[in-house]
Amino acid sequence: MKIEVLGTGCAKCKSLYEAVKTAVNEKGVDAEVVKVEDIPSIMKYGVMSTPALVIDGKVVFSGKTASASEIKGML
Amino acid sequence: MLKSFADYIVFTIINLAPGSRAGEALDFFIYDTLKIFLLLTTIIFVVAIIRSSFPPERTKRILSHKREYIGNTLAALLGIVTPFCSCSAVPLFIGFVESGVPLGVTFSFLISSPMVNEVALIMLWGLFGWKIALIYIGTGLLVAIFAGIFIGKLKMEKHVQDYVWEMQVGNAEIKILTFREKIDYAREYTLGLLKKIWPYVVVGVGIGAFIHGYVPQDFLARWAGRDNPFAVPVAVALGVPLYSNAAGVIPIVQALTAKGMAMGTVLAFMMAVTALSLPEAVILSNVLKKPLLATFFGIVALAIVFVGYLFNAIL
Repeated sequence: MKIEVLGTGCAKCKSLYEAVKTAVNEKGVDAEVVKVEDIPSIMKYGVMSTPALVIDGKVVFSGKTASASEIKGML
Repeated sequence: MLKSFADYIVFTIINLAPGSRAGEALDFFIYDTLKIFLLLTTIIFVVAIIRSSFPPERTKRILSHKREYIGNTLAALLGIVTPFCSCSAVPLFIGFVESGVPLGVTFSFLISSPMVNEVALIMLWGLFGWKIALIYIGTGLLVAIFAGIFIGKLKMEKHVQDYVWEMQVGNAEIKILTFREKIDYAREYTLGLLKKIWPYVVVGVGIGAFIHGYVPQDFLARWAGRDNPFAVPVAVALGVPLYSNAAGVIPIVQALTAKGMAMGTVLAFMMAVTALSLPEAVILSNVLKKPLLATFFGIVALAIVFVGYLFNAIL
């Protein structure tokens, strides 16, 4: 599984990235977590408000953050 | 009811004398803090529910290929309900222009969205009354509409960074949230925002209360009253670095008004605080070349100064 956190470096983007890492560890799933900060890659997903969560190339949500337990439910 | 609660705490429980400086300042502080937090919690929650129906992806589709005037007006109105954070300004800008939203219409949105925001409105309503809050919304929208039309007429498309036009933009699907999800989103949004701004509100109201109690009446009338022609431009210049602290700035400004600062100057200052900010300029320089960035700031600043003079003349 490939999980991408899209964001240009705002505080919310960092907290989402941390929450995703916690969720992946706690659930013990085999996933690669990447932080995507460059604009062209973010725009490729058509995301206009950051942070956004992308799982296996699909935008799960954008413009908000989520807690580790909420993310566990999405994995 | 809140007023009698504040009176009860200050004059009965703490037992300060009514009319004393400390008593009046503390009474003012308790009453204003309670009132503002009550307003903030309810209104932010309602606004967040409305916002959950207007993700930027949807706003973009509504505005795409709209003509000027109608497009600018729609953009300014949608700016109120579309959630906006200056950290998303770059993807938002690219998403808009790439999908065929005209440059001037995009600017109407970029100006209105941070300026006509619910926190500024609540603070104005709570501290100055609904008339001033309505005047702020109305003139804020007009500034956004006309500054956008003007920028559109200048045909500055070549001053957008070149890579923006070559960007490949994907199409994210727009999720339709269920009512339950909207409530969850609104709760999360309200708590997050309150957590971020409450220290500013408390400190702002605290300083305001101090000014109310201790600064002599008409102290500011000479410098910031309507007769000083420099007050408005100076207020606008001071507003730029004070970005994002609308919650803390408004209570202080309200206290200054009581000491003789003119209302037009107050409105201009508020608009400069919310609409023009240095961090946003730095972020936007990723997509705008210097001439366009300078034009954007210059036109908005001029429009705000004009609003200040206008209301100093008529209010």
